[in-house]
Amino acid sequence: MVPELKIKDLKASVEGKQILKGVNLTVKGGEMHALMGPNGAGKSTLGNVLIGHPNYEITGGSIVLDGIDLTNKTPEERARAGLFLAFQSPVAVVGVKLSTFLRTAYRQTHPEDKVTLTEFYDRMKVHMKKVGLDESFMSRSVNDGFSGGERKRFEILQMVMLRPKIIILDEIDSGLDVDALKLVADEIRDYYSENVGFLIITHYQRILKNIEPQFVHVLKDGKIVVDGDNSVSLRIEEEGYDWIKN
Amino acid sequence: MEVEYSKDAEMEKLLEDLKNSNVKKEDWEFHDNYKPVYSTGKGLNRKVVEEISEIKKEPDWMRRFRLKALEIFESKPVPTWGPDLSGIDWENTNYYNRPDEVNSTKWEDVPDEIKETFNKLGVPEMEQKYLAGSVAQYDSEGVYHSLKKVWEDKGVVFMDLDSALREHPDLVKDYFCKAVPATDNKFAALNGAVWSGGSFLYVPKGVQIDMPLQTYFRMNGEATGQFEHTIVVADEGSKVHYIEGCTAPRYDRNSLHSAIVEIYAKKNAHARYTSVQNWSKSVYNMPTKRAWVDENAKMEWVGGSLGSKVTMLYPSSYLRGPYATTHNLNVSLAGPGTVKDTGAKALHLAPHTSSRIIAKSISIEDGKAIYRGLLRMNKGAEHSKSHVQCDALLINDNSTSFTYPHDEIYEPTATFGHEATVGRIGTEELTYLRSRGLSEDEASSMIVLGFLDDVMKEIPMEFAVEMNRLIKLEMGKLGAVG
Ligand SMILES: Nc1ncnc2c1ncn2[C@@H]1O[C@H](COP(=O)(O)OP(=O)(O)OP(=O)(O)O)[C@@H](O)[C@H]1O
Ligand SMILES: [Mg+2]
Repeated sequence: MVPELKIKDLKASVEGKQILKGVNLTVKGGEMHALMGPNGAGKSTLGNVLIGHPNYEITGGSIVLDGIDLTNKTPEERARAGLFLAFQSPVAVVGVKLSTFLRTAYRQTHPEDKVTLTEFYDRMKVHMKKVGLDESFMSRSVNDGFSGGERKRFEILQMVMLRPKIIILDEIDSGLDVDALKLVADEIRDYYSENVGFLIITHYQRILKNIEPQFVHVLKDGKIVVDGDNSVSLRIEEEGYDWIKN
Repeated sequence: MEVEYSKDAEMEKLLEDLKNSNVKKEDWEFHDNYKPVYSTGKGLNRKVVEEISEIKKEPDWMRRFRLKALEIFESKPVPTWGPDLSGIDWENTNYYNRPDEVNSTKWEDVPDEIKETFNKLGVPEMEQKYLAGSVAQYDSEGVYHSLKKVWEDKGVVFMDLDSALREHPDLVKDYFCKAVPATDNKFAALNGAVWSGGSFLYVPKGVQIDMPLQTYFRMNGEATGQFEHTIVVADEGSKVHYIEGCTAPRYDRNSLHSAIVEIYAKKNAHARYTSVQNWSKSVYNMPTKRAWVDENAKMEWVGGSLGSKVTMLYPSSYLRGPYATTHNLNVSLAGPGTVKDTGAKALHLAPHTSSRIIAKSISIEDGKAIYRGLLRMNKGAEHSKSHVQCDALLINDNSTSFTYPHDEIYEPTATFGHEATVGRIGTEELTYLRSRGLSEDEASSMIVLGFLDDVMKEIPMEFAVEMNRLIKLEMGKLGAVG
């Protein structure tokens, strides 16, 4: 079944401040969406609200994945339903070993798969190589002492290992060097299929050149104000956001 | 890499075990209605001390020792350099509560209600399965003790200190308050004056006991004091592992626990002392624990401290002979509204001695965990080594931890090092793990197990399970969806 995420008139606030003011967006399997917009527009907030971050309060609208209403579900329930967010600034979790963490997460998101520890780790090593993370990272604490670029690579590693259906990448390109950007873009393209849909939050052309999205949306002041194709991102690169009226 | 896998498989298993474990707080915070048969009543004076000695029909030297200790206790001020101790109600504390006449070597003879309490705590079951011997103490007195015959035949002595004083008076006198004199501190003096119960364990030369021996302390009465005195003697070339477990039910009025533990590890001996305390939040826990470690002997302190309102505990090792070593591991949980002021002391008094100290603490809400350590290397303790590692994990924004290491190094060839880490676990960390599919439970268990990883093998499983459960409860509140 081709997955489908339906965001309807989504409103959300953080610390009493209204950030999302009615977002409408549908992402289906096989689709690549880019989400752009000025700093502070609410892009990361949208990502956090979608995965159920407890600091954000949904004040209206709905989030539905494959016909299941996730609006009031816990973060783990949403993850198990197939939703994945690569965080803009992934947090370090001291003491939690990367390999054990990924393995546990996989068992939770794919309880039906009886893959052995060894098979799982072998698969992991293949992908670590692809995203350019040394095997020694397996025994390190999650994101602890990772450089900015290493954190981003690890987000992508988690994505390919956990095999989600709808993926939000929040500024995955920021902090990556040129070579890493290519590795990450390759990994995204390899993972991309009819069965997964992407929402790529970014400020720059350089990743969109590698991954050509079919749809580009602009979020401004908590609302999507433009829905277009990749030409929108080109115009933003040239002219900024001034041409877009609220 | 294969080793790596087996470790991860172990962790997976542990996570499963933890998920299935159902240790509940009620399992130890309950109280029974057993009434003490005899109590000296509230407050402390010469008469109370004499009465205790009288009831116990002690030798005269002990009676005089008690009275001297009482004078020292009265002359010393309540220490103010550490946590607030103003909540100790000296006047309204019962310093001696005796459950019954019996002190038996058979469980059947123990009064029903007390037996029931120990049953609930799993004590007789533990004894059968894992122990070479055990002692059970209820309020001020030992109510039960046993030692497997093989060890008795080899000359091992294991019983409560009161019985030992009657049956092996000279042996007791040789060690009683030698490592911890009554002048040491106010709480040690108090213990000297009113001590009752505790264990006496003597392991003769060359005897190596492969199973642990355990004492279980239960404080049951409200506003009581428990003042046991434990002595472990590991004679030359012997080996022993002694374990203590302590619990008390929850009351509104504060109780006081002020124990003395003295350990003598003689030449080439190996002594290990494990204590797991889970006092309720109304207990002030103020023990003094010290070991004399002779030539080439090894002392290991393993401590797990969950409950109590305030704990002040700094197990000390006096490394008295060349090549003596001590390992000191302590894991503390400072729950809401509680203070854990714990640490270790290592005194290097001879050449080539070594100490290794690991202190781990977890603070929840306004819980406060303090590491207070003393490292002393005397002139002449040539080529001695020490390493101190303190790791703290803070669960909430208002959780705190402090480290106060104190070094006195007088020997130029000695080497030492300190390491300290502080980790914080909050909503962001939990959300990150949960956003990958981990349940709140798993997320918090992983964090805690990860934190304890390097010491997990050393601490008793039940302790790890209980600690994990308490932290999970608190983290549940953190990660709750709004
Ligand atoms: N936890 C929070 N507490 C307080 N304010 C917040 C919080 N999270 C977001 N905000 C506010 O919400 C607004 C939107 O922030 P958001 O991070 O979603 O923007 P963004 O579009 O991702 O910007 P950028 O392009 O800079 O990443 C900002 O004004 C931000 O300060
Ligand atoms: Mg952002």
